[in-house]
Amino acid sequence: MLELRTVTAGYDRRTPVVRDATLTVTAGEAVGLLGPSGCGKSTLARVAALLHRPDAGEVVLDGIRVHHYRHRAPRDRRTAVGVVFQQPRLSADPRLRLTDLIAEPLRATGRRSSVPGRVAELAETVGLTPDLLTRRPHEVSDGQLQRACVARALVLRPRWLICDEMTAMLDASTTAALVRAVEDYRTDTGAGLLAVGHDRTLLNRWCDRTVHWDTVTAPAAKTLA
Amino acid sequence: MADTTVGKTDTTVGKTDTAEYASPAAWRSHGTTRRSTHALRLRVSAVLVAVTVLAVLLVPPLVQLDQQAVDLAAKLLPPSWSHPAGTDDVGRDLLLRCVYGLRVSLLVGVVAALTATVIGTAVGAAAGSLGGWADRLIMRVVDTLSSVPHLLLGIFIVAMFRPGVWPVVISVALTHWLSTARIVRAEVLSLRSRPYIDAAVSGGASRWRVTVRHLLPGVLPQAGLAAVLMVPHAMWHESALSFLGLGLPTHTASLGTLIQGARGSLLAGQWWPTLFPGLFLIIPTLAIAGLAGVWRERINPRRRSELML
Repeated sequence: MLELRTVTAGYDRRTPVVRDATLTVTAGEAVGLLGPSGCGKSTLARVAALLHRPDAGEVVLDGIRVHHYRHRAPRDRRTAVGVVFQQPRLSADPRLRLTDLIAEPLRATGRRSSVPGRVAELAETVGLTPDLLTRRPHEVSDGQLQRACVARALVLRPRWLICDEMTAMLDASTTAALVRAVEDYRTDTGAGLLAVGHDRTLLNRWCDRTVHWDTVTAPAAKTLA
Repeated sequence: MADTTVGKTDTTVGKTDTAEYASPAAWRSHGTTRRSTHALRLRVSAVLVAVTVLAVLLVPPLVQLDQQAVDLAAKLLPPSWSHPAGTDDVGRDLLLRCVYGLRVSLLVGVVAALTATVIGTAVGAAAGSLGGWADRLIMRVVDTLSSVPHLLLGIFIVAMFRPGVWPVVISVALTHWLSTARIVRAEVLSLRSRPYIDAAVSGGASRWRVTVRHLLPGVLPQAGLAAVLMVPHAMWHESALSFLGLGLPTHTASLGTLIQGARGSLLAGQWWPTLFPGLFLIIPTLAIAGLAGVWRERINPRRRSELML
């Protein structure tokens, strides 16, 4: 279970972006988080991905309370959560070819031997052809780059996935392909999903339940759909 | 008409480009002029740097002349066909001495600049990637060292060793890494907040891997530019130390020792022993700084769009 309990977080302690947010995602569940721009959804997603230390509240991952974030968090806990960011251009190292982009978590965790097989497998899953894998981010479209970012998020087989407005900049066909790739992965592995976005229709169709930001930051979160 | 008058007035007081070049034609003309100036600067700087490098690399092995050869019968001869830069107070050919001096000064400048850049990059990257109290501590040390005049600190360092090339290199390197550390730290701080660094952290990358694999490649252009800009500065620093008698030993030809040795001649009316080493110092350093300036404009997107490169 991924639990966020009365989390307060932000970039200045005096003016937190997120106040008392409570959200729970159970294993295998897909939860959509819906809210307007600038409300703090991405900050909460970063807290859930152990990338941002909250000012107050607690995060419980797989039944264990999280005490450390970013590099201080143990590697196996960090890699238990796969993250897909909103803007593929900013979330891809501009110097890496797509194949290296996808393989980077494997190399960072000392699993070099599994790079060729896993990259080829995931490239097929997200719909990247071999010629695209040799290109750098500036040589592919946003949709193609986001496919590589989804493959990168899946490469370590995380138990939890956080998709922060993953499809916000994409066309309908790419959106459908990426959602299908994520859902196929979840079906195979039983991973939990927190999908953050604006698109109520997409989240309602994609997720088991969708919660509105106002209910997350209220004492008792209500399910919208 | 009134608008034109206002525009001219704005130009004289240094108002914005928009006011100065109101019409598209004027702006295009302005852009063309800037591009041609830019290209001219690039060509002149590149030719001068190439000539300098070729001279210091090829002249000593090809010419086979002894730059230390004393000829008291030919002392303090003005420039002529046989001695294009004249001779010094013991009859040595000044052109040959200047080439040898430039060789030493350039060597000191390049090695010191590279060493300072490596130190500055390592310290700046460590401060930027560690953050928190480590960053604050490192940068306060940098601030403290920056508050001491470089030349004074450099004199203190060279005074601890026997005169020679390496004490000067160490002195210049240890006093000039501070600005590079600041530049690299600022770049690292800017890069580490990018989502692709978050993605690397989330993917299990260690702090070391994030720094080496993702942050340092992003700061290398800035660090490289800092290194190139530091070469002329280091050459001047070497010359200053040698001029003060604290750098290279007087028998070793460097531009600083040549200028220092020519002081007495200048007072006696012989201008060439001072002028030619001075030109050998000024022209290559301006050329290197010119090339670095072009590089800086190319890696700065705002400047690049202004220049339409």
